Amino acid sequence: MILAWWQNLPLFLVLCPLMCGVACSALRGKASRCVTAAMCAAESAGMAVLLWYTASGNVSFTYAMGKIGAPFGNELRAGPAEALMGLGFTLVLTLSVTGGNRSLTEDVESKRMNLFGAMIGLLTAATAAIVFTNDLFTAYVFIEITTLSACALIGVTNRGRALFSSARYMVMNLLGSGLFLLGLSMLYALTGQLLFPQLASAVDALIAENRYSVSMYLSFLLMGLGLCIKSALYPFHTWLPDAYSNATAVSGALLSSLVSKLYIFLLIKIALRAAGEEAFIHRIGDVLFLYAAVGTVLGSVHALYQRKLSRVIAYSSVAQIACVYLGIALGSGEGIAAALFYILAHSAAKSMLFVTSHKLRRACGGADGLEDLRGAARRSPLAGLAFLAGACSLVGIPGLGGFAAKMYLAQAAIGGGGWRMPALLGLLAVSTTLNAAYMLRTALILYSRDKPAGEAGKPKARDAAFAAATAVMIGLNLFLGFCGRPVIELIHRGLALFS
Amino acid sequence: MLRHVTELVNQHLDEVAALILFGVGFTMLLLDKNLIKKIIGFSMMDSGIYLFLASYGYIGGLRSAPVYTNGVTDPAAYVNPLPAGLVLTGIVVSVSVTAVMLGLTVRLYQRYHTLDMDEIAEQIRKEGK
Repeated sequence: MILAWWQNLPLFLVLCPLMCGVACSALRGKASRCVTAAMCAAESAGMAVLLWYTASGNVSFTYAMGKIGAPFGNELRAGPAEALMGLGFTLVLTLSVTGGNRSLTEDVESKRMNLFGAMIGLLTAATAAIVFTNDLFTAYVFIEITTLSACALIGVTNRGRALFSSARYMVMNLLGSGLFLLGLSMLYALTGQLLFPQLASAVDALIAENRYSVSMYLSFLLMGLGLCIKSALYPFHTWLPDAYSNATAVSGALLSSLVSKLYIFLLIKIALRAAGEEAFIHRIGDVLFLYAAVGTVLGSVHALYQRKLSRVIAYSSVAQIACVYLGIALGSGEGIAAALFYILAHSAAKSMLFVTSHKLRRACGGADGLEDLRGAARRSPLAGLAFLAGACSLVGIPGLGGFAAKMYLAQAAIGGGGWRMPALLGLLAVSTTLNAAYMLRTALILYSRDKPAGEAGKPKARDAAFAAATAVMIGLNLFLGFCGRPVIELIHRGLALFS
Repeated sequence: MLRHVTELVNQHLDEVAALILFGVGFTMLLLDKNLIKKIIGFSMMDSGIYLFLASYGYIGGLRSAPVYTNGVTDPAAYVNPLPAGLVLTGIVVSVSVTAVMLGLTVRLYQRYHTLDMDEIAEQIRKEGK
């Protein structure tokens, strides 16, 4: 069968960033930054084209590498859901890298800039590969590649703190990948398959014969636990605040909006495509719901007590990730669609918060304490506006992405019924209140009329890239808020093609 | 009961060994304070999994590696090559992870002159004040 030209895109979307990453490491600072930015933009464009073709035809297709079929071959698969998530991730990546360009020149030594570009390339390739892969072991390999590039992105500033956070990040993530690999090996030993469709039929056969059911659930549990540790579900979040707050703004944005979300998307893919809801979500749904519920509340409570801007943003990520897991734990198609929408909305808002927080700190001479940042938003109006928009989106002010995300989550809970409905609605109410408490408090401090404590940063030339990226990011949040309906319908259509 | 357990362990010696290795490595990676010992733990953990995978790929009897030299085309004469491929890929991954971890450890040691995670955290806390 001859493939249409756009059906080759998934492979190129994985390979091109890898090549660009290699090229970046050989280039000098400025050239490597240009290559990185161009690569990110091209990646988003590729994802958009893929989304256009898959959504307009409502098709999903499989790309067999080297035309070697199952069970020995390696496959990529793309449909509307994959293309949409890929587009969301790469768009955020592009905007963070362009918007944070100036902050990078301040935080990263110029001779290491090319290595930063190389890591961005690696991360982009891993993003595309995890989004598209149809093979469990390939997913594992790219999980590790994501971990390595994320570790380098945290430590890129070469400050002691950042290196230490990077080491802690690595240790927790290696525990997670170890558990994932063990679960994967057990599942492979039971079924002899690694590609999702074949795996699903083998799992169904085992369930029908009622054989090895304990080992099979254990293997899914191990994989799920590994991915939960890596995406910082509440009790496993200990590595997150240090890692996010000690990294540069761009790294923080990428870590919170790409890296941890990728694992959740992979978890959803495994749950729907390899295990079937019966085997996975219904069995561990209650436990997942419990962890997510605790995380939603306690993550926000922790955020309330933070005295540093970057740590407030970092802890709010813990709470929001738990919210995404609430959607997954509902176990219904609506719940998972709402979780995917939540991922998109949160990525758009959180990356904006990270990128603008650097500008706000710069406006007060690099201070990070909330008290030192009084009035920062008045010194840097655009950054202040963007921060306010991001904060409002996270709280769930109507018209922004966060509101639509919380609304779809509530709708999914109401549709599902059972004891999870009142629990989730209550949790959403509590978490929204807490979000408002810490996010709006932060915004109020930033807009206070007091004279800022720190020295005003030197007036610098206009940062056009930052202004443009911020404008697009605010637009993205508004788009998700006002036009959420087509997006969630697209997610539903994509999920329907999953099985 | 005990006999039953011994029999089971004897039948699945590879898996038991692999899981013990995984457990020891996992605990070391999680609990040990020394960075180098953490890395050793990581290597042990991954080796445990590779042993697990490799033991599944190996099928007893007179089967050989799937290298087509003697004109035998019957697949029953060969072992399954896929787990070996997975193990090789996994080894490459864990080698690169180990290299990055060691690099980080060197950096941290140069800066704080200790390998103890708690001590480094303490020094960083003092630095911040």
